[in-house]
Amino acid sequence: MSGNGTGIGASVKRKEDTRFLTGRGRYTDDINLPGQLYGHILRSPVAHADIGGIDTSAAMAAPGVHAVFTGKDMEGVGGIPTGWLIHSKDGSPMVEPAHPALALGKVRYVGDCVAIVVAETREQAKEAANLVDVDYRDLPAVASIEAAEANGAAQVFDEAPGNVCYDWEVGDRAATDAAFENAAHVVSIDVVNNRLVPNAIEPRAAIANFDPATSEYTLYTTSQNPHLVRLLLGAFVLGLPEHKLRIVAPDVGGGFGSKIPHYAEEAILTWTAGRLGRPVKWTCERIDAFKSDTHGRDHISTAKLALDADGKFLGLHVTTKANLGAYLSTFATCVPTYLYGILFAGPYTTPAVYCEVKSFFTNTVPVDALRGAGRPEATYLLERLVDKAAHELGMDRVEIRRKNFVREFPYQTPVALQYDQGDYDATLDLALDASDWAGFEARRAESAARGKLRGIGISTFIEACGIAPSAVVGSLGARAGLYESGSVRVHPTGSVSVFTGTHSHGQGHETTFAQIVSDMLGVDFDAVDVVHGDSAKIPFGMGTYGSRSLAVGGTAIYLAVEKVIEKGRKIAAHLLEASVEDIEFENGSFTVAGTDRSTSLGEVALTAYVPHNYPEGLEPGLEETAFYDPLNFTFPAGTHVAEVEVDPETGEVELVAVTGADDVGRVINPMIVAGQLHGGLAHGIGQALMEECVYQDDGQLATGSYLDYTMPRAADLPNFSINHNTTLCTHNPLGVKGVGEVGSIGIPPAVINAVIDALRPLGVNDMAMPATSQRVWQAIRQAQG
Amino acid sequence: MNDFTYHAPTTLNEALAALGAEGAKVIAGGHSLLPVMKLNLAAPTDLVSLAGVPGLADIADGGDSVTVGAMCTHAQVAGSAIVQARIPALTAMADGIGDAQVRNAGTIGGSVAHNDPAADYPAACVALGATIVTDRREIHSDDFFQGMFMTPLEDDEVITAVRFPVPSRASYAKFANPASKYAIAGVMVAQGPAGVRVAVTGASGDGVFRVGEMEAALGESFSAEAVAGIAVSSDGMLSDTAAGAQYRAHLVAVMAKRAVAACG
Amino acid sequence: MPTVTMTVNGMERSGTVEGRTLLVEFLRENLGLTGTHVGCDTSQCGACVVHVNGTSVKSCTCLAVQADGADVTTIEGLANGAELHPMQEAFREHHGLQCGFCTPGMVMSAVDLANRNPDPSEHEVREWLEGNLCRCTGYHNIVKAVRAGAQAMGGGS
Repeated sequence: MSGNGTGIGASVKRKEDTRFLTGRGRYTDDINLPGQLYGHILRSPVAHADIGGIDTSAAMAAPGVHAVFTGKDMEGVGGIPTGWLIHSKDGSPMVEPAHPALALGKVRYVGDCVAIVVAETREQAKEAANLVDVDYRDLPAVASIEAAEANGAAQVFDEAPGNVCYDWEVGDRAATDAAFENAAHVVSIDVVNNRLVPNAIEPRAAIANFDPATSEYTLYTTSQNPHLVRLLLGAFVLGLPEHKLRIVAPDVGGGFGSKIPHYAEEAILTWTAGRLGRPVKWTCERIDAFKSDTHGRDHISTAKLALDADGKFLGLHVTTKANLGAYLSTFATCVPTYLYGILFAGPYTTPAVYCEVKSFFTNTVPVDALRGAGRPEATYLLERLVDKAAHELGMDRVEIRRKNFVREFPYQTPVALQYDQGDYDATLDLALDASDWAGFEARRAESAARGKLRGIGISTFIEACGIAPSAVVGSLGARAGLYESGSVRVHPTGSVSVFTGTHSHGQGHETTFAQIVSDMLGVDFDAVDVVHGDSAKIPFGMGTYGSRSLAVGGTAIYLAVEKVIEKGRKIAAHLLEASVEDIEFENGSFTVAGTDRSTSLGEVALTAYVPHNYPEGLEPGLEETAFYDPLNFTFPAGTHVAEVEVDPETGEVELVAVTGADDVGRVINPMIVAGQLHGGLAHGIGQALMEECVYQDDGQLATGSYLDYTMPRAADLPNFSINHNTTLCTHNPLGVKGVGEVGSIGIPPAVINAVIDALRPLGVNDMAMPATSQRVWQAIRQAQG
Repeated sequence: MNDFTYHAPTTLNEALAALGAEGAKVIAGGHSLLPVMKLNLAAPTDLVSLAGVPGLADIADGGDSVTVGAMCTHAQVAGSAIVQARIPALTAMADGIGDAQVRNAGTIGGSVAHNDPAADYPAACVALGATIVTDRREIHSDDFFQGMFMTPLEDDEVITAVRFPVPSRASYAKFANPASKYAIAGVMVAQGPAGVRVAVTGASGDGVFRVGEMEAALGESFSAEAVAGIAVSSDGMLSDTAAGAQYRAHLVAVMAKRAVAACG
Repeated sequence: MPTVTMTVNGMERSGTVEGRTLLVEFLRENLGLTGTHVGCDTSQCGACVVHVNGTSVKSCTCLAVQADGADVTTIEGLANGAELHPMQEAFREHHGLQCGFCTPGMVMSAVDLANRNPDPSEHEVREWLEGNLCRCTGYHNIVKAVRAGAQAMGGGS
């Protein structure tokens, strides 16, 4: 690796920026096809009802209307599938009810798709939708976990008694019970992980087309994983073979997990385009996005930690109830299980860990992955509990963590994962130093002099990223492999196209992957283009989520480049009349070892395509594809510190400082990595201090727009202190771990621990997320009687 | 949004004529009206723009009062040297409305006519004892703000200006909804020719209201300590996900105290 | 149906619209200027910010007919040919964008600030950006970019 100005490790400015900065990005809603019609999705206004009947005649007669389709029209088309089968403790499979794309007989949440109205213009479709007469026969709704599990609760699905989807466990219960029997101390905690709305700033959109000449469907859609949509939509919903279904995810304006799932609207639009023989376009309005984009989190947990007399962790027992919403979205079932329960060792040597999770159906928007997906929930619980243990045992918050750190690698946790590498002391030390932890008491006194309460909080964490080894996840119920593909095409003139099955929607893959390839091949950075987001161009892919793109997709590209080099050596050997074993490749040149005889990659590429003088038996062309299936998860880790100042009169929490000390493995582009950390931190701070999706008891969304769902704004956040200590991942050639979710995993407990630290002098010892001003004010009032 | 006929009159008389149509409404900056029209909560058949009517966007110093034209944007008020010199509390209030783009387009006339219970201007008008000037009459703010979204304006009546008496001192303290940035509790305190006034927006379901007990206490002694002990009842307070009635009542008291303290 | 005429990015553009057509719809659908985005329907996200007669406004909360006769600048009109506007360049230099969706509105808002305040403090920038939501960047680099861009503009565009 040359390490030049655009190579691995350089903060190269992004290739994608010029188009975004000049308004030339091409997002789904920017695309228009000749002859297109507009679809409007009519959504259920009630949380739970039988559909007595639907009269579409008035809507059909409205100006410009071409069609109105309801669930009955789509009957017989496959339902929306889910991607992960979970088994309960007793070995039984989860309850997996049908999910018709358009509601059939019943609606199960406010926002459920009831009909599509297709018209000449967007406004005509929307106005005609008001004329669809649906006979909703209201049923009692369950809008929360508490309501779903109550005696006599309404049933979201008849086949799911008690609204339970599964009752799952991981870890050794007997060993954990034994640990508690021998414990000197037991510390318990109850926590709620607040439900969030993802809110990528680009609303979802789609445009579907059917070409009768080729019988091929094309769907442009706001997706993080176009091939996954093709798999689910083609194989499970519409029954289309891959070569007749093209999915294009062009520029996508943020995802954060909410653009992973295959959504009903994608199926409805594609099917409708086939029925009408014309392109159909749909763009979600924000107000509908709140009630149709999958939500995140929504757990209620109770946990206890067993410790010996010195504060060493002996056992951890976690009991969680998770809300899955009204239907099982693509990754809904694995988020509160395999992305959650297996995280509970954290960075600690706790020898016995047991976690049980019961997941419920409710009359709410389906819940799926959201930045961090399961790992923020686990980290929040664990780091709140560790802080509470320190407080109850009278130990220092830092020392109790240090006392329990894993220091020998590889480390086999009691909950399935094997950590390959890490240095938790190093990131802790770095964070303490960068946050001036030692100087905090002086700052607390300074705030107190101004009538403010200052607090500092810490969280030390690991995450499991780089999703995922296919055999492992397959044995746990995943219905797809989670490898990635990469192709590298060296053109005859020496420029390079890189094709990746991951998808960039803000992460800067077009830059990072080009850095890797240009560095490895010694070609100019500007001569490398990265292509993503089109199933017709890219061999295969599983997309971008779970901080997997670089660790899995980047490795696939790395391996494809190695294949290119390997083939190039054969061609070069022929040109240089040397044996292949003697050919070395460095900085874009193939050289006969120990000589000055060399040829360039460009010459080799030209020869590959104009093979007049060419090795016998070797195929022409210089293009290679690699599929990489990771050997293990990757384990980014770090320490986050938050410092807050509370106004005791109003309860307002001001976040005054945020420090991250992270080990994300090798950093390809420090500028991009810092940006990913910033964004994750803001997302996590949003969860800790501002964001909360609230349902009324009747299943109406109380926080259904930006008027009442608080998004973090510039003035809500401080500058972030970002620091790195790197240990390399041992099982991928780049040594990379992943960074996209770090902030949202690590920071929420640090913020809440800081708020509690600030309020302890007033007698407040607990705080729920989000720590809004009202919640803080109430806690203060309650503590003061 | 339902469609409508758009009128762009160039004189006030033309505007008034166009407003004669059943279902017609005035549009100023559109920042109160268009959002409710998008939600189909209003569906006027005709929109009559005042943008082309001359003389409605001036700010004039009348000695003991400042007159702000109805079409003045919040940014214009916030940036006015006259307002800054005579009623700095109004400058600060206008500078805290919505966000920069809202302030660039939203107008005082539109805000006052809409009488949103969480808007800032009603508190300023009532505390300062402003007069709402229309094409046909002058209405004192005490008579103008009649509860949530309710005013005495006729369907075809046009606000042309708002006249603020210059106070000897005034200040506005707002606790904003963290999501919408509208007021949860916005308190304007003013001492002027009409005595001390404490007007509250954002908190009550009935819109802007005055706190008599605080006004009396401040009349005795204009100091933060004078209002510090005065609790505000939570009866009739709004309650939503951001702030329940009790919290709102508490915030009114805190904002009042801070506004008084900021008066200096 | 009304006809509107306005100067958009220095060129006179006309089109037939409905009364209810929003400025952003006119720009995106009639004129094909898809750089201006729509991210919400409650006038909060700021993805649609353009300049009308030199000041930044939310084009989702402005009727096309209200902009009749106005001078409108969108993100497409900011660069001078291939040369980025100093604010665009600052966003690129400081990594002030990720997915790019909020970016046009963010940049147009920032240019308005810089026109008023050639050297805004960090606090002033953060306050000014109240009407622009970004989910990707945590605003850290946007704030850096706006300050640098304002300085590079030297107090006027």
